[in-house]
Amino acid sequence: MKRVYMDANATTPLAPEVFAAMRPWFTEQFGNASSIHFHGQRARAAVERAREHVARLLHCRPAEVVFTSGGTEGDNLALTGVLKPGDHLIASSIEHHAVLHTAERLRDRGVEVTFLPVGASGTVDPEDVRRALKPNTQLVSVMMANNEIGTLQPVAEIGSITQEADVYFHTDAVQAAGKVPIDVKAIGCDLLTISGHKFHGPQGTGALYIRRGTHPEPLLFGGPQERQRRAGTENLPGIVGLGQAAEMAQAFVAGDGPARLADLRNRLEKEILARVDEAGVYGGESPRVSNTTNLWFDHLEGEALVIALDLKGLALSGGSACMSGATEPSHVLTAMGVLPERARASLRFSLDSGSDASATDEDVDFAVELVPAAVARLRELSPVYTGSPRRETTAAGVSR
Amino acid sequence: MDYVTDTVSNSTAGAASARRSAAASPRTIAVAMSGGVDSSTVAAMLQAEGHTLIGLTMQLWNQRRLAGREGMPEEVQGRCCSVDDVYDARRVAERLGIPYYLVNHQERFERDVVKPFVAEYLAGRTPIPCSLCNNHLKFDQLLLTARQIGAELVATGHYARNEYDEASGRWLLKRPADAGKDQTYFLFGLTQEQLAHTLFPLGGYTKPEVREQARAYDLGIATKPDSQEICFIPGGDYKRFIDAYLDEQGETMPDSSGELVTTAGTVAGHHEGIHQFTVGQRKGLGVASPSPLYVLSIDPESHRVTIGSENDLLSRTLIASQLNWISVADLTEPMRVSIKVRHRHEPALATIEKTGEDEVTATFDEPVRAVTPGQAAVFYQEDVVVGGGWIVSGR
Repeated sequence: MKRVYMDANATTPLAPEVFAAMRPWFTEQFGNASSIHFHGQRARAAVERAREHVARLLHCRPAEVVFTSGGTEGDNLALTGVLKPGDHLIASSIEHHAVLHTAERLRDRGVEVTFLPVGASGTVDPEDVRRALKPNTQLVSVMMANNEIGTLQPVAEIGSITQEADVYFHTDAVQAAGKVPIDVKAIGCDLLTISGHKFHGPQGTGALYIRRGTHPEPLLFGGPQERQRRAGTENLPGIVGLGQAAEMAQAFVAGDGPARLADLRNRLEKEILARVDEAGVYGGESPRVSNTTNLWFDHLEGEALVIALDLKGLALSGGSACMSGATEPSHVLTAMGVLPERARASLRFSLDSGSDASATDEDVDFAVELVPAAVARLRELSPVYTGSPRRETTAAGVSR
Repeated sequence: MDYVTDTVSNSTAGAASARRSAAASPRTIAVAMSGGVDSSTVAAMLQAEGHTLIGLTMQLWNQRRLAGREGMPEEVQGRCCSVDDVYDARRVAERLGIPYYLVNHQERFERDVVKPFVAEYLAGRTPIPCSLCNNHLKFDQLLLTARQIGAELVATGHYARNEYDEASGRWLLKRPADAGKDQTYFLFGLTQEQLAHTLFPLGGYTKPEVREQARAYDLGIATKPDSQEICFIPGGDYKRFIDAYLDEQGETMPDSSGELVTTAGTVAGHHEGIHQFTVGQRKGLGVASPSPLYVLSIDPESHRVTIGSENDLLSRTLIASQLNWISVADLTEPMRVSIKVRHRHEPALATIEKTGEDEVTATFDEPVRAVTPGQAAVFYQEDVVVGGGWIVSGR
């Protein structure tokens, strides 16, 4: 069966170059980067080379990069590392669960937490950050790009506010890395999380940028690895893969790759919407990463739509994948004011570029053919669909 | 419905006939997989017959939801929709190499099963959530989901048989080969449309045979215990469940305390609420008596619970409503049937006749014990389910 993958925000395959770079480090070029001998030195050199590549992607110093097991660890380390009971945290309500659930956990332990609203645009208003500041505010955490709808958050504006207020600023850049340029100085952040497998690196790898002078309490204790910021023997092949992927990601975002991806995404969006009534784009008016679009369709169940499309060979997500594999109304769409019924009837297309899963014009044609047909079939069977299009006058899908 | 007919018509064992026809006409079938022995075996059997399968598990209830609340155990005890069962179902699907999806129908389950369940108890009746779940979730929502994703039929692990009857032009629901596992009582609400799109591949097998098949297919779940209790009530303590659910909803238990009275009308004691009682109940009455006392009836208006001897529990007639007919289009004249008034009940001979637009009165040949409002009365002619309804009263 023809299989088309449009779920790059969930994960991407390793780029062949990444796999090639990693391969020797599993076998012949083994070593523990902490060892004093030849093998250790060889491993150490590879880890530091990778650190330089990641530093170039983030525009920071190599010493400011700490390797982690992925985005979740980075977010956890950033939040739990700088917050003590009595401190105040400001986070957006559309953060990934790695931030949201960590924040809730910290709240249970005596940290004061403010979740910022977002409007129908799916973006945080920087002035809301300013207004939420308190004397005990210690950290602001606002993601760079949203995983579900792709909206880019005004992180540079937030960065100037936090610098002015002298509070820490963490941004979860998991969905931004490899999609848009990242410059920690321009953003003005103190902590920034990335994850390898979102840009053709290996799963189980990631990094946290920790600005010089910032000293988060570690999550893991043990050996002195990562300048005592993250104990445990380095994941050598993983780190090498992350470095290679970072190097390639930097080249991609500096070139015309994102623009070409945007063309594909825009055509996908336009052609599906031309064929389906009572449908629209979430966050379509806001700046977005170029690979993502989240479409809503009235009068159907998004869950059945995702399954029906998977059975036809098109892989994508509805809302965000949940730990049980069942779909809950998306917290992102709910935060945008979308009613639960409609929040469930959405599809996230996230296109890949630069791997075996790269989206092509034919892939877009495939989706443009399949999706409207599947939507029509589901609506036909829907007990609530009357078949008479009712035009919405309010912002699409958003209750007042 | 031709395409269905040739799959299961003339079947004495649904799967056996499906096997005969599968080679000529493999179907796309959604299998309702719970992670248990029965539904897992159904999937393996149908796959062996060459059908294209899609495994579906319905997430109906979050077992963690009420944990620790109002006297509910901290530890999650229930099995339905648990992480373990979903894991098992997924593993079985992986072994078979079929696509598998977890579909979330928690809101509908709460609306159509849990809330009515609680409301029924509060109204002094004894509900059957399994029938509501079959009517509203398994054979309605799941069938819809199945059709939406391109399946023609839904297969479940119920012990029942269905077949198309050429003579009457109707789909029949029949008792299975394993009388001890008969689940037709819970299936009386199925419509012709639902029966036409459903496969019960286990109808021709006994439970030991099914376990043997599960072992032969090496599904890894052959020794799992049967589930018995109401799936969303850990430990089976429905009173605590109702307390905890109302507490979660921010509602207080309505005060339904009242008198315990004898058939003669004398007040024998007081009770804390009518939801604690079910007709035929003997334990927990708190009334001293030389001979055993039973709950005879519950009046939701006066909150009066009438108690009496076992003899007083006998009913010669019952009235049922919210009827569904299966082997006949309607009841036009009195009919001789045998009736089950609860799941574990040997059918009792009776005559049924229409006494209202949506009302049947049944007159039993011999009095029947503990006819309980809220339970179903299911009418049989030998192995065939004629239809059924919900018990309004017994007398």
